[in-house]
Amino acid sequence: MSSTAIEINSKRGIWGGGNEPLKASYGKLMMWFFLLSDIFTFAAFLITYGSIRVSYPAFEGHVSEFVKSNEHWPIPEMIFNAFPFFHGVHLPLVFVGLMTFILIMSSVTMVLAVEAGHRNDKKDVVKWMLWTMLGGITFLSCQAWEWSHFIHGSDEGTMMTFVNTFGETVKEVVYGANLHVNEYGPAPFAQLFFFITGFHGFHVTIGVVLLFLAFYQAAVGVYERRGHYEMVEKIGLYWHFVDLVWVFVFTFYYLV
Amino acid sequence: MSAHGNNSTLEVLPRNKEKIRKIWKTAGILLAITAVEFLLAFTMERGMLLFAIFIGLTLVKAAYIMMEFMHLKDESKTLFWSIMLPLIFLVWLLIALFKEGAEIFIYRW
Repeated sequence: MSSTAIEINSKRGIWGGGNEPLKASYGKLMMWFFLLSDIFTFAAFLITYGSIRVSYPAFEGHVSEFVKSNEHWPIPEMIFNAFPFFHGVHLPLVFVGLMTFILIMSSVTMVLAVEAGHRNDKKDVVKWMLWTMLGGITFLSCQAWEWSHFIHGSDEGTMMTFVNTFGETVKEVVYGANLHVNEYGPAPFAQLFFFITGFHGFHVTIGVVLLFLAFYQAAVGVYERRGHYEMVEKIGLYWHFVDLVWVFVFTFYYLV
Repeated sequence: MSAHGNNSTLEVLPRNKEKIRKIWKTAGILLAITAVEFLLAFTMERGMLLFAIFIGLTLVKAAYIMMEFMHLKDESKTLFWSIMLPLIFLVWLLIALFKEGAEIFIYRW
């Protein structure tokens, strides 16, 4: 929130500089437009995922009869069915559901921090920022487990016919996933998984760093001396964007 | 550097119960929509209708996050539309390129 009143210079007009044409401060406006550009980037990734995915046949048949093959796109709930410490237990989409819950909750705590900032309540800002950071770090830890489990693969693997890195067509059991071949489905399935969740996780990591910065500055009183907590709001916008992207990634990759 | 306690000149306003209630209410709506998505994922048959419902519900979630959490509904109309119009363009792009991918499927297989 801008704390000084800005008057429109009648000679220069509303777009002549020295005021806020869109009634938002420079920093907030720039954050919105940066987020718009980043939304374009992620939209491009998800659209790429969509158009590659529909170029593969879908699995015909009931979900319970699903088999892994590189000739059809897998059914995500039959792939993402693991949970830490519950080896062998079929829990479809439970872990990713937990990750979604954690990220949405961290968004809620972020809004509460912003709300506290509007009231100049330093204690509450610091408290809610800490919860938001913990949520972000927990999400990243969960994602790390998900990646490692995905890369390691299942106990039984999948018999597949594919072209190996030497250019030979081979038929052998594939375990886990890499950028060349994976046991779950066609090569793009794993490639896109790493690419999209990787970029998202990278953005979450940047977000956690920014959250820590805001948390620290709020705690030592930088914003109190400045007179407003707008930085918390701007970083909050970034954090909500990260949550928004996850909502879309979750729907497109794990549900559809 | 503030070395001790509260020598600030900023007045701390009391918590606004209404705003906080609204924030948690929106959180509840988001989690409820996610729960519905999960329910449908396991009960409804996979097909175009299910996918359309998923995408529709995701757009509803996105609207709640942008309007309520990011306070976009409180911003000036110009800022609102300068964000919205590119997003509407992206929705069109998504649908168009999905159809392109489907065409590639027909030619490839």
